[in-house]
Amino acid sequence: MEKNYQYIGQSIQRHDGVDKVTGTAAYVGDLKMNGLLQARVKTSPYAHANIISIDTGKAEALPGVRAVITGRQGAAKLGIYMVDRSIIATDKVRHYGEVVAAVAAVDAETAQKAVDLIEVEYEPLPAVLDVKEAIKPESPLVHEKLGEYAHVKGVFFPIPGTNVASNIKIRKGNTEEAFKKADLIIENTYEQPQVFHIPLETHGTIVQWSPGDKIKIYSSSQSPFSIRDLFSVAFNLPKTNIEVNVSYVGGGFGGKSGIHMEPLVGLLSRAAGGQPVKLIPQREEECATLPCRQGLVARIKTGVTKEGRIIAEEAEYLWDAGAYADYGVNIGRAGAVTGCGPYDIENVKVDSKTVYTNHVFGTAYRGFGHPEVFFGIERQRDLIAKALNMDPTEFRLKNLLMPGSKTITGELITENTGRVDLCLKQVAEAIGLNTPYTEEEKAQWAKQGKYRAKAAAVLQKSPAMPTWSASSALLQMNEDGTMRLSVGGVDYGQGTYTVMKQIVAERLDFPIEKVSISPTINTNLSPYDWQTVASRMTVLCGVAVCEACDDLKEQILELGSIILRAAKHEVALKDEYVYVKQNPHQRVHLCNMAMGYTFENGNAIGGPLIGRGKSIAQGLTNLDAETGQGKTALDWTYGAHAVEIEVDKKTGDIDILHMVSSLDIGQVMNAALLRGQVVGGALQGIGTTFYEAVHYDEQGRLLTRNFTDYKIPTFRDVPKKVEVLNVETPQLDGPYGARGCGEHPLISVTSVIANALANATGEEFLDLPLSADRVYLRLNEHKKG
Amino acid sequence: MKRNIHVTVNGVSYDVVCSENATLVSLLREELGLTGTKEGCGAGECGACTVIFNGEPVNSCMVMAMEAEGAEIYTIESEAKNGRLSDLQQSFLDHNALQCGFCTPGMIMSARALLNRNPHPSKEEILEAMEGNLCRCTGYETILAAVQAIAGE
Repeated sequence: MEKNYQYIGQSIQRHDGVDKVTGTAAYVGDLKMNGLLQARVKTSPYAHANIISIDTGKAEALPGVRAVITGRQGAAKLGIYMVDRSIIATDKVRHYGEVVAAVAAVDAETAQKAVDLIEVEYEPLPAVLDVKEAIKPESPLVHEKLGEYAHVKGVFFPIPGTNVASNIKIRKGNTEEAFKKADLIIENTYEQPQVFHIPLETHGTIVQWSPGDKIKIYSSSQSPFSIRDLFSVAFNLPKTNIEVNVSYVGGGFGGKSGIHMEPLVGLLSRAAGGQPVKLIPQREEECATLPCRQGLVARIKTGVTKEGRIIAEEAEYLWDAGAYADYGVNIGRAGAVTGCGPYDIENVKVDSKTVYTNHVFGTAYRGFGHPEVFFGIERQRDLIAKALNMDPTEFRLKNLLMPGSKTITGELITENTGRVDLCLKQVAEAIGLNTPYTEEEKAQWAKQGKYRAKAAAVLQKSPAMPTWSASSALLQMNEDGTMRLSVGGVDYGQGTYTVMKQIVAERLDFPIEKVSISPTINTNLSPYDWQTVASRMTVLCGVAVCEACDDLKEQILELGSIILRAAKHEVALKDEYVYVKQNPHQRVHLCNMAMGYTFENGNAIGGPLIGRGKSIAQGLTNLDAETGQGKTALDWTYGAHAVEIEVDKKTGDIDILHMVSSLDIGQVMNAALLRGQVVGGALQGIGTTFYEAVHYDEQGRLLTRNFTDYKIPTFRDVPKKVEVLNVETPQLDGPYGARGCGEHPLISVTSVIANALANATGEEFLDLPLSADRVYLRLNEHKKG
Repeated sequence: MKRNIHVTVNGVSYDVVCSENATLVSLLREELGLTGTKEGCGAGECGACTVIFNGEPVNSCMVMAMEAEGAEIYTIESEAKNGRLSDLQQSFLDHNALQCGFCTPGMIMSARALLNRNPHPSKEEILEAMEGNLCRCTGYETILAAVQAIAGE
């Protein structure tokens, strides 16, 4: 297909850059207003305990304190998919760090003093700290009343009387029969700890709950409209009473989707007579009180023929949801849908259980469900290939989804879906997967106590979202013929707004510097968007922006044809002019039409030009409760990574010498922004691989509460070389053929590195992280053995 | 207890009253309204609050406001002059060296402190000066490139 784009694909500079490099970009913490109070929270030191009593008397008596609230005021339950989480703990606490009381005071120091004066008496309960124990019938229950919780019916399936918040089943073919025909059956269990998102900015929130139940919220969030929705449901208030503002957001990675501290801060404001209240969670609270990524225990059993065809696969996924499954049940569902990876397998059985424990609760985290299950899936593929004595790339290529294949939920893959096989071939070639090292090279490295190896792994993801997920856009003209675009999604750094501006400029053949987009979403002023999650913005918001452009263009041409006294089909739009195609000198500039056109005698026609656009996911279905069959994918973005690593025998350190990533994103919208997503996502995955892990003591008290105990990658941890490649199989219903790519770079990073580590050392790690100490110990054990 | 202190920030001298246990970052943000400096951890571990304090880069969350008595401090607000971006700011834009932007002021101030004492640092010197500044979005490569472009190495 010949493409001749002016803006699409170009590395257009980001729209928010100047505000951010100058420090003028205002995040929630930077906002000031009259009468602003500061909030602090009192949190649980226990993982699981009954609350016997809370004495707030001394705190209330402290001068400067304006409001103290406990579970008595905050019993209403929250949850985007599973309504299981009280605003403040009521009868019992379910994780270390859970809020039991909160204070608003004239300044943060006073609020903290008041928090310290609150006395809470607990009765510790046995804590549930391991998903494998949690699913046993004799396990203590984290939620006794699971059966009573509201949840999205027909999509999530709680098992009352157990710790299973939802059980998603996928059934295709007959695995039992197929395993009988297999030449080789391999079964492994893969384990991953919980990890933190670590946005540099914590979940800052300001709420003013004025008398008359008028509520104004400022939040560091990915989800202004979801906050409005969930807030209105929790307090039974009409949406017209609630205004949510989201401006600059200091990182989200999924952790700022859904609803978080807004109801709590709202209650404080209401109790303080309607003064606005600000809560900036401390870093420790960001770790303990706000949610993390779920842990996963994955048991995968695969049956293959000696020719290398996968004929059956069974997977049991046990998700460590922690104390609440609010958002978490959808992670179990996403993990099920993707549960065998991008492979064509006739007989499949997946059980994906979201399991309550007394850990910090989990939520969406970049690619949720996928980075977790892909560790097991892509490790398993290499282990099978080794057992078959087959090249792992060749083994994958024999089994990958191709046009005509069906996914495990029965979705037909077409020639427009994307090509994971091409991504794999690209990275394999770029890294030189088939070029063996010479004996001299290996000897040279061995002398220095080092091993080198390469490996590859594939990935896939479709947006994990409701079937009705929608976006909208408004494109309005200014008096001078410039344009302002409004959307309802949030650009927290990924670059969505820049890409949306590129679409406007391309579609209307219009200078991009004359298109503005506000960095602030206001649910009273901005058009609706469900949430900024799931790598769905480029596609769904992009389609809405295309439609808004087309709508505006229609109006421009219609008005232009009247002004130019020509039929509509005789005029066209280019370089900010409507002109007569046959006689281009007959033309009118957009600035003379933007607010309407005025003839010489004063007569005016038209009126302010406003383009409207909308989009909603097409043709998605819920999954069958028993078989998991159905269509959940708006679009599948496929990809692959390959790495070359060097392992230091003496320290257990692993260096990434070269990393190659390829995604089939249909159409590159902005090459620089894409590279930013890939390199940033890959490094986040490298952190998960090497050292990121949430740790608790034996009583379930969180140990990793700061950047000393929980290390994230630094400048020193960047791979020596990163190549970003693409396949472009157009998505026919995506804007300019594009698919989403924000989450995908993080997926399969753990598996590709673990595969390379196995190739380098022979050590087959089935769990994470691959920290230097663990690698060192394993290499040494091996030596002794 | 509140105390009066005298401090010069971005060339402007201030007399401010602040609490004895206030940190420099809160003095800058709350008292002087210079909110370009961000606080990411409050424990000196992320570098988001980096400012230049008597010529040295410091985590302003780890410096008490009282220690700033008589000090000369530069923050991100000192970079752009007369509405024009500084060379480092422009380089960050040109290299797409930011995403969410929360770490960006601290990154730029760490780089500025380095370039002030060493106008042509090597890659290793840049890494040494900036490894205490955390970024969760970019993967660092563009930030390194932005600083290297100004360092001219």
